[in-house]
Amino acid sequence: MDPILLAVQTLNGLQLGVLLFLVAAGLTLVFGIMDFINLAHGVQYMIGAYFAATFTAVTGSFLLGAALALPAAVLVGVALERVVFRHFYGRDHLDQVLATFGVIFFLTELVRVIWGPTPLSFPVPAWASHSVTLFGGATYPAYRLFIIGGGLAVAAGLYALVARTRFGMLVRAGASNPRMLQALGTDIKRLFLLVFALGAMLAGFAGLMAGPILSVEPSMGDNLLILAFVVIVIGGLGSIQGAFLGALLVGLVDTLGRSFLTDAVKLVLPASAAVDVGPALSSMLIYVLMAAVLIVSPTGLLPAKGATR
Amino acid sequence: MGTAGPMLEVSGLQASYGAGQVLFGVDLRVGEGEVVTLLGRNGMGKTTTVNAIMGLLAPKAGRVAFCGRELTGRPAHEAARAGLGLVPEGRQIFPNLTVRENLVATADGRGAWTLSRVFDLFPRLRERQDQMGGSLSGGEQQMLAIGRALMTNPRLLLLDEATEGLAPLIRKEIWQVLLSLKRAGQSILVIDKNLKALKRIADRHYVLEKGRIVWQGSGAELEAERERLERHLGV
Ligand SMILES: Nc1ncnc2c1ncn2[C@@H]1O[C@H](COP(=O)(O)OP(=O)(O)OP(=O)(O)O)[C@@H](O)[C@H]1O
Ligand SMILES: [Mg+2]
Repeated sequence: MDPILLAVQTLNGLQLGVLLFLVAAGLTLVFGIMDFINLAHGVQYMIGAYFAATFTAVTGSFLLGAALALPAAVLVGVALERVVFRHFYGRDHLDQVLATFGVIFFLTELVRVIWGPTPLSFPVPAWASHSVTLFGGATYPAYRLFIIGGGLAVAAGLYALVARTRFGMLVRAGASNPRMLQALGTDIKRLFLLVFALGAMLAGFAGLMAGPILSVEPSMGDNLLILAFVVIVIGGLGSIQGAFLGALLVGLVDTLGRSFLTDAVKLVLPASAAVDVGPALSSMLIYVLMAAVLIVSPTGLLPAKGATR
Repeated sequence: MGTAGPMLEVSGLQASYGAGQVLFGVDLRVGEGEVVTLLGRNGMGKTTTVNAIMGLLAPKAGRVAFCGRELTGRPAHEAARAGLGLVPEGRQIFPNLTVRENLVATADGRGAWTLSRVFDLFPRLRERQDQMGGSLSGGEQQMLAIGRALMTNPRLLLLDEATEGLAPLIRKEIWQVLLSLKRAGQSILVIDKNLKALKRIADRHYVLEKGRIVWQGSGAELEAERERLERHLGV
């Protein structure tokens, strides 16, 4: 195994992992606290990328574009909560799935109408368009390192928010017993809205970070959403630490599996068979991981302690 | 009772779960500084009454007023902010928060109750302040539930079976605390099955049967009619 390739692919896996974490964190908080399944969460990621691409083009600055895109993405999230989602709290999960699925169709179409069907161009900012030399002469794009660093910083901030602040206490209390929390004076609807806004902001942030290295198009959130659900199931519903661990695991296993599994299969199968089996196996790998985790620990790796659901 | 009328006034309260009606017109009052009990056998509607007062259950008919404020049909957080402090049946502490977090998360912060005052009242909680709520014993969880309600600086404490299923020594400690709260002027509406302990701290009693108040009176009156009431109390 080539150590330089391994290092580069590990970084790629980390980078996918932090993006997954940003999307999964909102998903798991909203599901853990409000018992609400939001399939449209991937759309919020997509919208973050569109806003950032547009505002960056208008202002000519990535940072300025990002600073404008973030509140805009939050605004869309809050509007969705007020208009659609809040009417589905406490309803059957199937109702929630159908309603949020409808939101996906509506917003995806709306984005197509506004921005057109072709992918938007969203260049990597000039200050991060170079490559950084790693050990052994390997090079790695600076912007991807920026994604890893930014994602880890946000993860640390989010952890501090949930673990150390009064807001975080209310969020955790709400995840275990929202009714009791309300009986002690917390306006639960307002707390839900704040958590929702936080989730929308994290998804929007992931979208604006990913925009320059991915193709900014209406369906960009769909795949990520499925991976994010795998992440929160692996990590444990409602758990931020679980989402972090799950996201890094899924990011690394998926990326490393895709680049090394075929070679590994060649050790046990003839090469002609390995080129068929390897790729098929590697795209299944995270689901195998999920099944394995669920067999060992049905509530995930780091379940939100004491949560009633 | 002051001239401003009772603190809590419940009249004609009716409530149901789906098709099954549980309360058929409950009337009760609690005045400033009073300790009042709500007695009755299992399933007579005591917890339902408390939940309807708190706004955790929307009443079908009737009125709940607290300190001159109309609370009927309002959400539970408004009842709490108006000054109702609930110690619920089954304790319902937050198991995934530490003891200290359980106390401060919903604290009001503008009244007399502070963390150290609650810890003085229940020294065991001070020792366990960094432990998860879910790791406490039943008695400690009950103390935590009481402390948590006090931290909201309630004008009226609602205690639903605060000594249920606890060891005698812990029960004694909790009754002692309730007595000291009463002496400090705390108004309390208490539900319990331990008549002997209740008689020491209560000013008045209500007896609930099948969703209606069938008797009310002072401790002395309760004692005088004890034999007749025994059937209602299930003691
Ligand atoms: N969530 C619920 N759904 C349906 N019925 C309920 C519910 N909660 C209580 N009941 C019914 O309402 C009636 C009154 O119950 P409630 O809990 O108010 O009684 P209680 O006086 O508090 O009894 P206990 O002393 O056992 O606590 C009972 O017949 C009970 O079965
Ligand atoms: Mg009860």
